Amino acid sequence: MVSATSLTSGFGIWDPILWVLAIIIGLVIAWILWSSGFSTYKKGTEQARPYLSGNAEPPKGEVHIRAGNLYWGFTEGLKGYYQRIVPLHTGIMTDYLLWMFWVAGILLIIVMVV
Amino acid sequence: MFWNLPYIAVVLLSVIGLATILLKRNLIKIFLGVSILTSAVNLFIIALGYREGGIAPIYTYAVSENMVMATPQALTLTSIVIGVATIALMLSFAVIIYKTYGTVNVDEIKELKE
Amino acid sequence: MIPGYITTNAPALLIAVPLLGAFLSPLIGKISRDARALWVLAVMTLTALIGYFVAFLVYTEGTLLYVFGATNATLAVPPDSGGIPIRIIFTLDAMSALMVTIAVTVGFAVILYSLTSDARRSGLEAYYTIFLLMIGAILGMVSTGDLFNFFVFLEISSLASAGLVAYKVEKGRAVEAGLKYLLVSTIGGIFFLFAIGILYGQYNALNMAMLADMIQWTPLDKLALVLVVAALAAKCGAVPMHFWTPDAYSMAPSAVTAMLVVASQASLYGLFRICFTLYGITLNYVTIGWVIIILGILSMIIGVTMAIPQKDIKRLMAYHAVSQTGYMLLGVGVGLAVLGDQALLNSYGMTAMEGGIFHIFNHAMYKGLLFLTAGAIIYQVGTSDLNRMGGLGHRMKWTMIFFIIGALAIAGIPPFNGFASKFLIYESVFAFSPLLSIIAMVVSILTLASFVKVFHSVFMGPPLPGNEQVREAPRTMLIGMTILAAIVIISGIFPEFFVQNLITPAAHALTDQAGYISAVLGGA
Repeated sequence: MVSATSLTSGFGIWDPILWVLAIIIGLVIAWILWSSGFSTYKKGTEQARPYLSGNAEPPKGEVHIRAGNLYWGFTEGLKGYYQRIVPLHTGIMTDYLLWMFWVAGILLIIVMVV
Repeated sequence: MFWNLPYIAVVLLSVIGLATILLKRNLIKIFLGVSILTSAVNLFIIALGYREGGIAPIYTYAVSENMVMATPQALTLTSIVIGVATIALMLSFAVIIYKTYGTVNVDEIKELKE
Repeated sequence: MIPGYITTNAPALLIAVPLLGAFLSPLIGKISRDARALWVLAVMTLTALIGYFVAFLVYTEGTLLYVFGATNATLAVPPDSGGIPIRIIFTLDAMSALMVTIAVTVGFAVILYSLTSDARRSGLEAYYTIFLLMIGAILGMVSTGDLFNFFVFLEISSLASAGLVAYKVEKGRAVEAGLKYLLVSTIGGIFFLFAIGILYGQYNALNMAMLADMIQWTPLDKLALVLVVAALAAKCGAVPMHFWTPDAYSMAPSAVTAMLVVASQASLYGLFRICFTLYGITLNYVTIGWVIIILGILSMIIGVTMAIPQKDIKRLMAYHAVSQTGYMLLGVGVGLAVLGDQALLNSYGMTAMEGGIFHIFNHAMYKGLLFLTAGAIIYQVGTSDLNRMGGLGHRMKWTMIFFIIGALAIAGIPPFNGFASKFLIYESVFAFSPLLSIIAMVVSILTLASFVKVFHSVFMGPPLPGNEQVREAPRTMLIGMTILAAIVIISGIFPEFFVQNLITPAAHALTDQAGYISAVLGGA
């Protein structure tokens, strides 16, 4: 289906309007499901408290998972890669220039030979 | 190859400048290297502008066919001015870095890395 | 409606207005702070209007010439010059017009934002001067048709950017970042000047059209191309010369960072302009195309993987800027690699280039938006350390919405604009080499993962102790973000309109070397 708003790449078609319609329909369905739930819980009682296997709820500040702890597994899994890549970012400015000269040199060889 | 002397000087100056930038650890010396490299480029362009038997385009009554277009000279002047501005800005950065870090050794100026 | 002398002199005014405005702003600042703010905003508005006008002229009437100092602004080759365009000539084709549009749009949003976000700092008289100088230099870089003139504007933009990066000294760290940026830019500039000297020595011309007309593929031309590619790739932050990018982007004031993205893209524009317009098919397009593709792939992978473990919000976004630059290099690189083969170019090369160029436009918008939201967060929380943030979504609802828009756009989630350009890149690059397309998609997924991390750690969770005084960002900052967010959404929902009217002419302008030459030198 090609409409006035669709983007063609020569291989396929992408119509954002259809996508937006799908999102709106999805949101409406979600809203219908949500609004058919009970809203009659009692505030300030056990019903409104989070249930953590019967343990006491920790203070709010400790619940939040800080950024430094996110994707620990990812970096741990790719340790071999990160151990090679991160030390290259030495922060020394002459190293930055050295990389630039390396690239220029390699490019020169490629361009002259090929 | 006497007429190639300016170009040999350009190559020598470039090598000296690059070596200074990459081998020296003192910020001020690195800036000197940058300055030498700029001079090498300036010398290169001004050497390109030489025409045998040409007349500088400042004499009103000269034969107009023998006048030299002053483009390389204009380029070099502009480039010198830009070089001065760059070196001045670099030196002023070095002053602040020395005041705050207490060093001008590039190996120790790496608060920002990784 | 518009007087004729403005119409004919619009390309010159595009540079003159921000430059004059820049150097008058310290004087106006003597009256009062508000007067200076109004002045800076007025200058930027005027620049933006002229920029849109020039872009409109280019898109409706074709390539626009402006010859400085000539009796007639379109007289590129004076009759007594022996067929050489001796003057400085601004040559604006559709690609330049697109870059001008990007620069003035982001510039306007950013200036509006910075009037509040940086109002608490000292030394503002210099700040706005340098800021307008930087915008003027970017506009000059993208509109000039003269190699040496490009170098001059490149150096002005480097100096201005370095000064702005170092602007908040931050115990010397910002100055360190500024120095690194300046050093890389200066060496890049020296490379570029060397290349100009080599080309001038061979062809006695500085005008790009004149050079393009005469250029061959001698060893000296090869050396010049290598120097230019190395210099401009370093300036646009391609891996492995990207090391300055996170340093400079994270230490600059956020408004400046958003503009630095555009400055990097102006260097990218220079790279494409020289590869396509100056050398065209005389260069070994397969080799150079692959060189650019490999730089792009490296930038994508290393940029995004370095971004994931970052703990500083702006440093993380800076690595994403490196990664997104890779997409542009990939898209346009594929176009360059098939430049000489008209059948392949029609089949997928043009689409890849359109994708890459559309990504330049989109990236400037959503990356600017993201850096502005990061600036709003830092403005309110007082730190850029992600570990000390949390629960800000309760207080900063608008900032959160803008962040979501920017993050979804950069990750290529429909219906935002990042997806539209990535869609073009994926599909066309798949026809070129499936592996490259798959890498691009994986990088997109990692981008999303990394922004989920930022979103969670900044906005989600309970309000943290210590952040009680956090409020929503001030209104002028929100307006600046709204402009960019609106463009992100509109160009995401109506991508075809943007592609047909802005991007396709730009892509054709890049590949049409003969058109560029004849526009300057006359019907050659």
